Amino acid sequence: MSFVQVIFYLFAVMMLVAALRVITVRNPVHAALFLVLTFICTSVLWLMLEAEFLAIVLVLVYVGAVMVLFLFVVMLLNINIESLREGFVQYVPVGILIALALFVQMIIIVGPNHFGLQDSVLTIGPNYFAQKNFAYPAPAAAEYSNTEMLGRAIFTDYLYPFEIAAVILLVAIIAAISLALRKRTDTKRQNPAQQIQVRKQDRLRIVKMEAEE
Amino acid sequence: MIDQAMQSVLGWWQLLPGGWRLLLWNTGKILLVMIPLMLAVAYYTLAERKVIGFMQVRLGPNRVGYHGLLQPFADAIKLMFKEVILPTNADRFLFLSAPVLVLGPSLAAWVVIPFDEGLSIANIDAGLLYILAVSSVTVYGVILAGWASNSKYAFLGAMRSAAQMVAYEIAMGFALVGVLMISGSLNLGHIVHSQNGGILHWHLLPLLPLFFVYMISGIAETNRAPFDVVEGESEIVAGFHVEYSGITFAMFFLAEYANMILISALIAIMFLGGWLSPLQGIVPDSVFAIPVIGLLLGHGIHWLIFKTAFFMFNYLWFRATFPRYRYDQIMRLGWKVFLPITIVWLVIEGLAAYFKLPPWFN
Amino acid sequence: MNGFDSNELILLIPEIFVLATACLILVIDLFLSEQHRNVTFYLTQLSLFFTFLLTLELPSDTVLYAFNSSFILDTMAIVLKCAVYVVTAGAFCYARPYLKQIDLHKGEFYVLGLFAMLGMMVLISANHLLVLYLGLELMSLSLYTLVALNRDSAQSTEAAMKYFVLGAIASGMLLYGISILYGISGSLDIPLVADSVTHSLFDRIVLLFALSFIVVGVAFKLGAVPFHMWVPDVYQGAPTAVTVFVGSAPKIAAFAMAMRLLVGTLGDLHAEWQGMLIVLAVLSLGLGNVVAIAQSNIKRMLAYSTIGHIGFILMGVLSGTAAGFSAAMFYSIVYALMTLGAFGVVILMSRAGFEAENLDDYKGLNEKHPWFAFMMLVFMFSLAGVPPLVGFHAKLAVLRAVLEVDLVWLAIVAVLFSVVGAFYYLRIIKLMYFDSAESELLIDKPLDMKVALSLNGLLVLGLGIMPGVLMGWCFSAFA
Repeated sequence: MSFVQVIFYLFAVMMLVAALRVITVRNPVHAALFLVLTFICTSVLWLMLEAEFLAIVLVLVYVGAVMVLFLFVVMLLNINIESLREGFVQYVPVGILIALALFVQMIIIVGPNHFGLQDSVLTIGPNYFAQKNFAYPAPAAAEYSNTEMLGRAIFTDYLYPFEIAAVILLVAIIAAISLALRKRTDTKRQNPAQQIQVRKQDRLRIVKMEAEE
Repeated sequence: MIDQAMQSVLGWWQLLPGGWRLLLWNTGKILLVMIPLMLAVAYYTLAERKVIGFMQVRLGPNRVGYHGLLQPFADAIKLMFKEVILPTNADRFLFLSAPVLVLGPSLAAWVVIPFDEGLSIANIDAGLLYILAVSSVTVYGVILAGWASNSKYAFLGAMRSAAQMVAYEIAMGFALVGVLMISGSLNLGHIVHSQNGGILHWHLLPLLPLFFVYMISGIAETNRAPFDVVEGESEIVAGFHVEYSGITFAMFFLAEYANMILISALIAIMFLGGWLSPLQGIVPDSVFAIPVIGLLLGHGIHWLIFKTAFFMFNYLWFRATFPRYRYDQIMRLGWKVFLPITIVWLVIEGLAAYFKLPPWFN
Repeated sequence: MNGFDSNELILLIPEIFVLATACLILVIDLFLSEQHRNVTFYLTQLSLFFTFLLTLELPSDTVLYAFNSSFILDTMAIVLKCAVYVVTAGAFCYARPYLKQIDLHKGEFYVLGLFAMLGMMVLISANHLLVLYLGLELMSLSLYTLVALNRDSAQSTEAAMKYFVLGAIASGMLLYGISILYGISGSLDIPLVADSVTHSLFDRIVLLFALSFIVVGVAFKLGAVPFHMWVPDVYQGAPTAVTVFVGSAPKIAAFAMAMRLLVGTLGDLHAEWQGMLIVLAVLSLGLGNVVAIAQSNIKRMLAYSTIGHIGFILMGVLSGTAAGFSAAMFYSIVYALMTLGAFGVVILMSRAGFEAENLDDYKGLNEKHPWFAFMMLVFMFSLAGVPPLVGFHAKLAVLRAVLEVDLVWLAIVAVLFSVVGAFYYLRIIKLMYFDSAESELLIDKPLDMKVALSLNGLLVLGLGIMPGVLMGWCFSAFA
């Protein structure tokens, strides 16, 4: 096993274990932290695929922003996980049955031999599968920049989906604000513009007093 | 004798497998950065006390060593030997890992800092993004410290800091987008190179608003005065690290100062030309060829240190000067002032880039 | 794949216009005081009108592509988009007085409605699976918010939550199916995927696996049995002003989605998905029509009637012929118009502090307001499929298409359940015409809503007498 493979298996196993812990651990804060660990391991795996932009952005956006707010909410709400687990046992057999069925189905139906990953099945789709076997990806050239390639793809070939995604984010903002913003009238609000325009004579009154004997 | 020793060391070196040699070599490089950094942190704390003392017409520490020069070591030894107290019902694992989570990223970010031409631990392409990503992880340590302490004050501090750091990270990120637009690269070395050609070519002038936004956001991001509501001692004692003592507290302390130095270095690199000499283009090029003076006046790591030191001093100066911001004012500044400024400036920059405004966009 | 030609943008003029005006209205609304909120409404209607005109200007006789063929503009897209504009404009017309009476008249309603409509437009014109998915999400996200807009009502919040969670599951199913298609074809371009589905030598079973996930996703979005659970709760829980929108225009977009996915992408698997759709259609027809009888709440009743009608739309699609597709297209447009009108009457009858939700609230409507009782009669007869009205032609076209592909038993089942369904539509007519009023039945709605409702009724009536025009457009879409 080469050094790269050791790293790969280390982080892949860590990712799987962390992902499993997300749903099995009892404390919601710990669950959120395991999710963070999962993201970080994923990011390492992406780095190994030379997708450094995506890897770093995953950490930046999901770990650095989304999960922080998530953790924030989880801590503030102080969710009682035990009450959420009521009736859990009762659904376990059904859940296991469905999971098992899906698992077997996937192994049979979407196993690698259906995707041309094994030599036994050949594909002759017009031009889509020049190779029947996916080779180990060749390392990119030294001047290859993942960031630049992504930028080019997003702003040319995928401009339309990119713009729609931007609109979806806008809708999400509008939705969040219109659902959550409550204009409270009972708060003591301050107007900074007014505050800095205060002059000495507005606040200060000089009273001349007779000196006491 | 010495010759022989050298021979045997070299022989050993040759005998090591490639991977190990790489590992050792990199460890060496890391130590080469970390040891001066730790010393800088130690003396930065002393400088803080001295500078603020001077501004408040006091002497500052002057008992340990000559004019208090050994004070940092006394502090370090004291903190190392103090007991680490675990609060009752604290989440033991998270409580102890929080300081590591704070200190780790603030040191890891130094990996991509270019100190001089080609002088950095790792020269990676997405350096700028790496810094953003790594520094965004710091907030976990703070939140977890607050939460795991099982203390109200600590928790309040953690909540404040989470909101504050997320808010200012966005403004900082946008300011960095401006840098990215003008330099056309995420590589910090390239960013410095794109400022080559004299003081006018630095990013300071074209990105002046972004420079101020970044500098001020940097102070908020490190939770320093006047944005130190996170640990505001008059309200919530010491905020998120109120329950920490001994070496665990020392790690928060180290991280805070290492972060301050990091932000100062980043400002110097991204807006003030890093290791580039400000005299370039002002004095004739022949001056740089003079043996010693040329070395001093020409490009070099000393310029980076000098520029960084200036911003480090700013931190102390601000702390001694400004009263603490109120929490809602901090939020207002971050979301309603800085964010619009950066976005508007990005549009202006885009226009400038479109019309190829010299000397920055050509 | 090599960049894009800015001249292609001309094909997206309606989309760009809607996006621009939605953003503009969002900002303008911010500066309007409460009593000038109507300006937002008028601006929205104006923008819909101009979007309609712009869409009509587009060339409709050829199939055109933009953005590396991720955007398609064919006759179906133009006709469906125009129908969506009309239905949306009608829904906004009905919504305004209702929102005012429950103190919910906010600019966000119109803005989110416009964004939902933009999502529908993207969905209708999608020629790329990613674009299709994004359009679907844009539409759904706006609709979830609209349902939750009355945030102080527990019922609305619950409805929105159900809608959101089930919608997310549906999206997940769809995405999973799409990802397997991507694994098979290595592309997300609909024509390329279709091509590789045709030529692939993969086991059929992998394609079927993807297909079944996609069918489930589509069935969720359409609300076909057994993926219908959200429909009654959402229809009932949402403010009626939102129900009228959620229940009408998105069905047109969902039809387009079914067409693009099942016919456009997986057309080669017709034999396989026909069987699945038959099951869905029969179950929808049966459950929708039978359970609707038991409802005493008119919004819930109309929800179950929706499920029944979805069965008919699915029947048109599953026939797999051009006649069937155009019949389903005709059906979905007509259905949107009829539901719009039916909910319009529900809004018309309600007033501040009183929701005309119970069937008994319609007793004796004919005595007080014969014209609107007649309108309701038109909508109900049309939904039931009584001959001179447009609903009849829609049902007839679908049945004819099904008969053409020799699914006689399916046609008989559909007719039988339609007869069952006629019962509950006629019950409302009986209540309106043959019972006497229990309450005073005040109508306090503004003139524009009355006019819009009347136009809506006359449109249903007129299309029933002369279905040829719309039918012609639908047929030309698949000619």
